[in-house]
Order: sequence, then structure tokens, then C-alpha cells
Amino acid sequence: MITAGRGRLVALAAVAVGATVALAGCASGDPLANGSGDGDGSTETIVVGSQDYYSNEIIAEIYAQALEENGYTVDRQFRIGQREVYIPEIEDGAIDVFPEYTGNLLQYYVPDTEATASDDVYAELETSLPEGLRVLDQSPATDQDSYNVTTAFSEENGVTSLADLKDVTTPITLGGNSELATRPYGPEGLTSVYGVDVAFTPIEDSGGPLTLKALVDNQVQLVNIFSADPNIAANDLVTLEDPEGLFLASHVVPLVSDKVDDELAEIINTVSAALTAEDLVALNALSVNEQQSADQIAADWLAEKSLF
Amino acid sequence: MNLFLDAFAWLADPANWSGPGSIPQRIAQHLWISLVVLVIAAAIALPVGAAVGHTGRGRELAVRVSGGLRALPTLGVLTLFGTWIGIGLAAPILSLVILAIPPLLAGAYAGFESVDRRTVDAARAMGMREGQIVGKVELPLGMPIVVGGIRSATLQIIATATLAAYIADDGLGRFIFEGLKTRDYAQMLGGSILVIVLALVIDGCFAVTQRLVVPAGVRATRSPELRSGPPRLRAALGQPITEGNPK
Repeated sequence: MITAGRGRLVALAAVAVGATVALAGCASGDPLANGSGDGDGSTETIVVGSQDYYSNEIIAEIYAQALEENGYTVDRQFRIGQREVYIPEIEDGAIDVFPEYTGNLLQYYVPDTEATASDDVYAELETSLPEGLRVLDQSPATDQDSYNVTTAFSEENGVTSLADLKDVTTPITLGGNSELATRPYGPEGLTSVYGVDVAFTPIEDSGGPLTLKALVDNQVQLVNIFSADPNIAANDLVTLEDPEGLFLASHVVPLVSDKVDDELAEIINTVSAALTAEDLVALNALSVNEQQSADQIAADWLAEKSLF
Repeated sequence: MNLFLDAFAWLADPANWSGPGSIPQRIAQHLWISLVVLVIAAAIALPVGAAVGHTGRGRELAVRVSGGLRALPTLGVLTLFGTWIGIGLAAPILSLVILAIPPLLAGAYAGFESVDRRTVDAARAMGMREGQIVGKVELPLGMPIVVGGIRSATLQIIATATLAAYIADDGLGRFIFEGLKTRDYAQMLGGSILVIVLALVIDGCFAVTQRLVVPAGVRATRSPELRSGPPRLRAALGQPITEGNPK
């Protein structure tokens, strides 16, 4: 009895200690709280964040390594989920540099924006950001929504542009994430801008393997894939032109907090200017096809460009 | 709390209760998928489980296979099947069948095993054939546990059938995915509440069924048995015991 009682007491104590440690860990373990407050003097740490999207992480890693080469201390907070999670963190000053996309970011702040051309988007974005946030120069690299068809479909129906779709006689089904159904460039936009009627099938993997498979199997005929996705070239897809500007142009652009001074901005602007659209597709291909780490891809790219 | 109010407002909005993609339509799709999955999985798992429970052979294998299947993440299986057979309902149904087999199998073999071997031996001594023993002795006596397995499988299917919406325009998962992606959290939470309510209602039906399938002979002697009962009748109520010679 005594042994059993003591055993139980020890177990109880162990649980109590364990729980306390775990809770204490929770209290101080907020990954976004670190490195934000203690920022005075020259040794301050720059916090670079990224989305949970491999391509975005590569760009963030490039920013981070470029800053490190110039003597900054960088705290990486990568693979944060969606905009509604990380934007408030940037607004609070917990993150200082974040790779973004002009069109998508503008749509976040101005959901019903009319701008689609790249300069218009950038200009409107500059004026739409809240106090304490700004964007640096936009890069020539783009990563935006685009509609793609198979080569076979393109040749059979003579389609190279969204405007050609209205002459296609067979029914067209569009595949993409469910938000596409309600976006201005979704089925409604296709009807109102190009006069094309399409059915819609949700496939929730953001233009990933399931979407590709559905397109190749002709279960859907039109899919939304990000323009910098190496799968477009790998599967011989045809990206349809968008003469009426249905999609917002979306260039890679760094979103920064007011902790970023001119000197730091200059470094990131140099990187942005050097990153071309072809570069971005090639970097993504290294990740998707060669399974290289963001760390290695970024280091190789910076070495190749020898910017600093 | 505001989010919950929004979710209930979404649920109460009559616009969401009619037309294509409305709540009743999604519930019907969800139930249909769940039923198809349950029938397929039961057709596979119940006979196998009955055979294992009746003969006592292959028990180790059945335990390991069902344990292993339990460890498979359904979204991963779904993506794998999706890349083989494409979008639509086939891939989610297959992945859900894999999800449903372990509880069904476990319920079936545990149910058949739980029947006291002395009862089975008595039936055999009376001249019953093996088929009769299975159908007239083991199945009725083990039924509460078998139904328990079906109940557990159904609960998992209904909760996980939301994944069908990952690659098809079907089921209550549509509200969750669409709400998440378009920042319409009232819709997302409303969809989740519907899934929860549906799962609870169906589970309640099974709880009643589970009581009803207790054989009359066992039920009649139930309450005194639970207190002072001899192990034989307790076993008949569905608690597996290991005493005695199993064959």
C-alpha cells in the first residue's frame, strides 16, 4: 500500500512538473514573439518571414542570406500559413521582411480593386498599405494565377488565348481551389470579360499533382496554376494569354516594416532587380524536381549572380 | 464568441437551405458517400472478422493489419489514390473504406470471439453445423459488439467524409474548404457544426440499435447478472473472457 501510494504520488508530481514545463514553454515559446521587442542599436535582428509555399520560402531565404552577407543578423520565421495569420504579425512589427506578390497582396487590402496592369497594381498597393508597412521595389519576377490547357486541347481547338475559348464547341470545366469559384477572375470573370461559360470543379491542391492529373486525363479542360510553377513546362501545358487583363499582375515584392532603413532596403532592392521571371521558374524547378533545400537553392543563386 | 454567432446566423440563413450546393443537398451527399463507404467496407471486413473470430485463426494477422491500417493518414491516402485514378468520388471512397475497415474488423472478430466457447461447444454437441453455429449462436450473441464496431466506423466515416470535398464537389466538406479559402469563417464553422450534429445524430441511432440487438434471452437476465453473475452469462453480454480452454 505504501509503495503504491508513493508511486502514485511520484507519478502525480511528475505530471505536475511536466505540465508546468510544457505550459511555461507555451508562454515563452510563441515563435512570432521572439526577436521583435529587443531592437535597438546596430546589432538588432531582422526577422524574415515566409509563406508556407516552397517558392516563397526560397525567395525569403535569398533575402535572408543577402542580409547576412551584408552583416545583418537574421531570424528566420518561415512557413507561416496564410495572409490572415502573418499580416497582423508584420503590422505588429514581429516580422520585418516578407516576400509578397503585388496582385494578391493588393487584393487582400482592396478586395474589389479594378487594377490589373502591373504598374497600376503596384501604385495602388503603395497607397493601400496600412501605417507602418511599405513595399520595396517590385521584382521583374512574377508568380500569378494563370489559366492553362494541355497542348492537345490547344491544338485541337486552336486556342492560345482566353479570348479563343468562346469558339470552343465542347463544354469546358475549370479546375482549381474552391476560392476560385468566387474570385473575380473565376467562372464569372471568364463569362463577363471573355464571354466563355465554364463549369467548375474544386480541386484543393493549389495546382498540384491532382490538378495536373485531372487536366491530363481531360476530367477538366482548364486549370489555374501559378505562372512560376515548373510543372507548366514539364507537362507541356499551354498558358493562355490574357489580353483583357482578367488576372491581376502579381510581381514578387518585399513587404517590410518600418524597422527597415534605406541601407537595408537597398540590399533587398538589388536582389529584387536581379530576380527575373525565368530565374524564379528555374529556382522552383530545383525545389520540385531536384528536391533541393531552399537554403541551398538560395545560396547557389546568390553565388551565381554575385550581387554582393 | 462572435464567430459562433456568425456561424449560427449562417446556418439560419434561408438562402443556404435551397438551391444547388445548399445545406440539405450537401447533407444528402455526405450521407450517401458515408453509406456507400460503410457498405463496401462492411462487405470486406465483417466476413473476414467473423471467420477470424469463429475459427480463432489469423487473429494475430487481423490485429496487425487493422492496427497498421489505422496508422494511415487519410488525406495522404486520398492524394495517392487521386493521382492514380483522378478526381471525383472514387478516390475519397477508397480512402474512406481503408479508414473504416479496422474498426469493423475489430468489432467483428471481438464480437465472435466474445461468445463463450462452452456455449459454442454446447451448440456443436447438439448437432449444429458450423454454419448454424455462426448464424444462430455466435452472431446473435456477439451482435452488440459487432454493431459497436459498425458504430465506431460510421462515426469516423462521417467525420472524415469531409475530405471528399478535397477533390470533388461533394459533401459537407465543401463548406469547410470554401469557408477556409475565402475567409468566410462563419460558413466554415457552420459546416463543421453540421458535420458534428450529423455524426452525433447517427451515433445516437446506433446506440439505440446496439441496445436493441442484445438477444432477448440475454437481456432478460441482464440486471441481476451484472452484479452477481456467473462468468458465462457475462460473456454472452459481450465481455471477452479468456478463462477455460478455447477449443
